[in-house]
Amino acid sequence: MEFFDIFLLEAVINGLLLGGLLALLALGLNLVFGVIDVVWICYAELIMVGMYAIWWMHTVQGAPLPLAFAFGIGIVALLGAALHQFIIRPVLSAEPINQLLVTGGVLFFLQAAATVTFGVEFRNIGVRLPGVSVGEINLSLARLIAFAVALAAIVATYLFLTRTYIGTAIRAISQDRAIMPLMGVNSGRIYILTSALGGALAGLAACLLVLQYDIHPAIGLSFGPITFLICVLGGLGNLIGGFFAAFIFAQFISVGGFVFQLEWGYVLAFLFFIASMFWKPEGLFARRR
Amino acid sequence: MGRTVSLVLLALLAVAPQLGLGIYPLHLMIMAMLWGFIYTSWALMGRLGLVSLGHGAFFGIGAYTVVMMWNHFGLPPLAGAAVAVVVALAVAFIIGYPCFRFKIVGHYFALVTLALAEVVRLMIVALRDQTGGSLGVTPKPGLVDGATGSIWALQFSNKLVWFYVVLVCWLFALYVWHRVDRSMSRLALQAISEEEDAAASIGINVTRTKLGIAMLSAAMTAIGGVLYAQYQLYVNPETVSGIGISLQMVFGAIAGGMFVMLGPTVGAVFLLLLSEGLRILVGNQFHGLDLLIYGALLVFFIIYMPKGILGEFLHRFGRKTS
Repeated sequence: MEFFDIFLLEAVINGLLLGGLLALLALGLNLVFGVIDVVWICYAELIMVGMYAIWWMHTVQGAPLPLAFAFGIGIVALLGAALHQFIIRPVLSAEPINQLLVTGGVLFFLQAAATVTFGVEFRNIGVRLPGVSVGEINLSLARLIAFAVALAAIVATYLFLTRTYIGTAIRAISQDRAIMPLMGVNSGRIYILTSALGGALAGLAACLLVLQYDIHPAIGLSFGPITFLICVLGGLGNLIGGFFAAFIFAQFISVGGFVFQLEWGYVLAFLFFIASMFWKPEGLFARRR
Repeated sequence: MGRTVSLVLLALLAVAPQLGLGIYPLHLMIMAMLWGFIYTSWALMGRLGLVSLGHGAFFGIGAYTVVMMWNHFGLPPLAGAAVAVVVALAVAFIIGYPCFRFKIVGHYFALVTLALAEVVRLMIVALRDQTGGSLGVTPKPGLVDGATGSIWALQFSNKLVWFYVVLVCWLFALYVWHRVDRSMSRLALQAISEEEDAAASIGINVTRTKLGIAMLSAAMTAIGGVLYAQYQLYVNPETVSGIGISLQMVFGAIAGGMFVMLGPTVGAVFLLLLSEGLRILVGNQFHGLDLLIYGALLVFFIIYMPKGILGEFLHRFGRKTS
């Protein structure tokens, strides 16, 4: 194959766009892990709930799309806070692996709840955005929007964490969970807030995904594993590491999928992940402490 | 539980199918013991702090190796099972050795193994020309001239044969559990799960001990995959590999109680009764209802009964082991 293939270039650019979206997916999960030290295995299922909420508001209730998006983000933010309050909090002092597994129970619950409520049919919001051509390269507008919004959201989250008082408190808790309560910080409230923020980010991801993909109860399983692996590759809880890891992963999926077949792109990405765990177990971008 | 009582119960179980049970109860008993066998295999390492979310990989390797070898190379499933075990052992070693050598534990271990489960699922889908992809595949019929069973092909038209095959495997898993429980390795692994560096400092070979139990568990899970494929005579990448089945094993073991010998089996019986009971009670129109209740119960178990059903029961009634 010729090296500077125009389709290869297209695959690279598509990978870049996918990277932005994956980076957003990883951000919420990483934030929650960094602050609360809990892996939400059901994170992708929260996104699925957001997608159904948007679909329901837009298609069934006939609300305009922006309102439906706001509704979706709000619902998932509330869900994130509720998840922490009612399910994570009781096991916060239990063994760490129990916290991971309890959210696995939530995964089954949400997936089944979606099946019972909406059935297994594929749904979509009936919005199909046109393609954009730059020279000979064809790109999807939905992907470009997703990329731009994801980057904006990541920058906004970064500014929130570094420039505001509450953001500083969140970062402080993530640095030392034991000392901060002694300094007079109400850690319970910070946890709830972080969970709601993580949920809101999942809701935002749902807004972007709903433009590109059909909704079905098992959709979480197609995003979930990649999201966890990106977080681990970048170093769990390391927001910046997760950001770069998302782009590496996306290139594997996009270019690997282009050169071979879609599934082989994923296989390569996952094998790369396993290999890199042995090379740098604490993540590719681990901070030195 | 006294030894006599156990033996009497076992004898009752062994003669139960001779009392003229219908096909359906027999099928339920086979499935309960098959899943009991698989959950027990997972719990062998799960209870010692090695929570793997990747046993779907070994299950899938077992199921697909045996079917692929039979369909494409004509290798009889009885020999194919041996190949499947070897492949599972090799994969467990390739993943396990660096994991344990570089001290990948806890969340990280769970997520690395999860990646493994997904790799196996995606590879089965990607090799669709050979494996049939997401549509799944059926082993070629191995019964010719009206035969009712073939040991080489591991196909039996009589469910009674399956009952005893699965019973033997399940008892074997319990025996392995018993042996591991009495071994030095169990003490070593318990020490490792408490504090790895301290365990290493008193002369425990952490990597080798962990690798041993992980490979044992992987091989047994692969046998479970072989039995599942040969009993159902149909395999599908979504049901035998990937994250779904991996989590099912974890939760089955936890629901029953992964710290006691019969706990995983109790979990298997419980899950089976739950899904079959709901199917009979409310019919099929509420698709997903069993998973809904299952998910809610899991959350409940992990928060309020982390020892599981049997573990909690034995704890309440003052017995240490079954």
